[in-house]
Amino acid sequence: MLLEVKNLTKNFAGLAAVSNVSLQVREGEILAIVGPNGAGKTVLFGLISGLLRPTRGQIYLQGEEITGWKPHRIACQGIARTFQTTALFDQLRVVDNLAIGYRQRTTGGFWSTLLHTRRWEEDKDRTTAKVMEILSFIGLAEKAFHFVSTLSQAEQKRLSIGVALISQPKMILLDEPTGGLILEDTDEITSLIRKIHETAGITVCLIEHKMRMVMDLAQRMIVLNFGSVIAEGTPGEISNNPDVIEAYLGGESIA
Amino acid sequence: MTWIKFLREKWFYALLLILALLLPLLITNRYHFQIVIMGCLFSIAALSLNLILGYTGQASMAHAGFFGIGAYGVALLTKEGMSFWLALPLSSLLAALVGFLIGLPTLRARGSYFAISTMCFGVIISIVAGNWIELTGGYNGVVGIPLPNPIFLPGVGDLGFQTQAAQYYLVLAFLLLTLLIMHRLVYSLMGLGFMAIRNNEVLAGSVGINTFAGKILSFVVANFFAGLAGGIYASLIGTISPATAALEQTFGWLIFVLLGGIATLTGPIVGAFVIPVIMEYLQFLTEYRLIIFGVLLIVVIIYFPRGLMGGFTTLQQRVKDLYAQRRGEKRAAGG
Repeated sequence: MLLEVKNLTKNFAGLAAVSNVSLQVREGEILAIVGPNGAGKTVLFGLISGLLRPTRGQIYLQGEEITGWKPHRIACQGIARTFQTTALFDQLRVVDNLAIGYRQRTTGGFWSTLLHTRRWEEDKDRTTAKVMEILSFIGLAEKAFHFVSTLSQAEQKRLSIGVALISQPKMILLDEPTGGLILEDTDEITSLIRKIHETAGITVCLIEHKMRMVMDLAQRMIVLNFGSVIAEGTPGEISNNPDVIEAYLGGESIA
Repeated sequence: MTWIKFLREKWFYALLLILALLLPLLITNRYHFQIVIMGCLFSIAALSLNLILGYTGQASMAHAGFFGIGAYGVALLTKEGMSFWLALPLSSLLAALVGFLIGLPTLRARGSYFAISTMCFGVIISIVAGNWIELTGGYNGVVGIPLPNPIFLPGVGDLGFQTQAAQYYLVLAFLLLTLLIMHRLVYSLMGLGFMAIRNNEVLAGSVGINTFAGKILSFVVANFFAGLAGGIYASLIGTISPATAALEQTFGWLIFVLLGGIATLTGPIVGAFVIPVIMEYLQFLTEYRLIIFGVLLIVVIIYFPRGLMGGFTTLQQRVKDLYAQRRGEKRAAGG
């Protein structure tokens, strides 16, 4: 078991955004978390990545409890994430964004930076090599020295995945990786996610609204509604689950 | 080989350095020379403010307070007979330490809340300097602070700091040291980490950067150099008072950084030299000068968000683009 969430609850002024959610993420899978707007999916990601503190419940990463840890500690422990509204360092260039993502894997501190020690050199070379590798992995090699603000929406989405990916995380949380993209761009991101899963061997957990894409991509799905898990299973099982159909469409099949 | 390559790429900076080293031969007017010395000193203060404000994005309004801690430290220690060369690092470290302690609570606040809370601490430091009479001499300040002790140079003998030229080389050396350290910090993964915090603190945390530690480090380093500048100031000027640590000083440096070019290494230095000169020429306007700077500040922030040097770089890029475009058109027309 890679990640285990037990009885997780998050209240905002009495409103339970996530209530008593328990779920497990298995090593090496693609898990999709779906549900109508306001179901608590993003809040759940916020809790796992440490941005929000749970009201109750525990989170374990490979058996170690990480509940209440600061986001940077959780990130260093191997959980990377992207944001729903694409978050990037928009004052900086593409390469800088990736280098910042890799910073947690470097060890040089203040003095080695000041004195340009061998460790500093090694960090620099390692970072450069890794940035180059990720650039070609996400297909942005030609845009390496462009500023983020000049990239298209789809390129920004790919870069944000790259920033999460470069730290070689154990799992990656993708919050609507194709939100706001047109169909071709969606397909491109889908194949990138597949590539992450297959070649990099990273566990993927994603929130997505585009049902066809999710059904195609995910091996397992968890459906949230009003902050609770209402269904769990393979895409096939989910698409025929009456509770899910009820929650989404009030009666009709979704796939 | 590397030297030749270095000179080819950085000839402008090499030229500037030679000019700076020969400056005492070029300036004959004592008053102008003093302005240059103060320009170097305030460059150190502005550069360090730029680290926390420009690169890390945290608007510290206590900078003059730390300048004051360095100044009072050197003043009081050297008057007690300690060597300037020991008192200066000790006072700078004291400024850094106080910065660390003040940073612990204030750096938890964001944006304007950080600015306001540091402003309070800055004011407190200057009030303490004015009222802890037994230690600081109150609002009369400290007078008769000795000049830096002579240093022994092999082949030259003891070198004192009575002459303006010697004082100039002293501040120039410290300015170059500050510039070197800022350059190393900024052009590194650590500097990228600072800029990540400035740009998007939540995202920086999510990619594994300890944002609080980064802010503390930047703040402590900035305050060390503020203290350093203050210490040299006290020793060269010979008198200090609570006004040395006053908020107005911070605002002055803030203008240097903003007009000169925020988050550039050259901007604060350009600001520290150009703005006092402009101030000098506008002397006839007395207090109304500040209105002009107020308007200028608004214009610059709106139209040149990265100040004079940032605007200069953009202009350079535009010209280059235009040139490239022209050449492209010519080639197209020729072919």
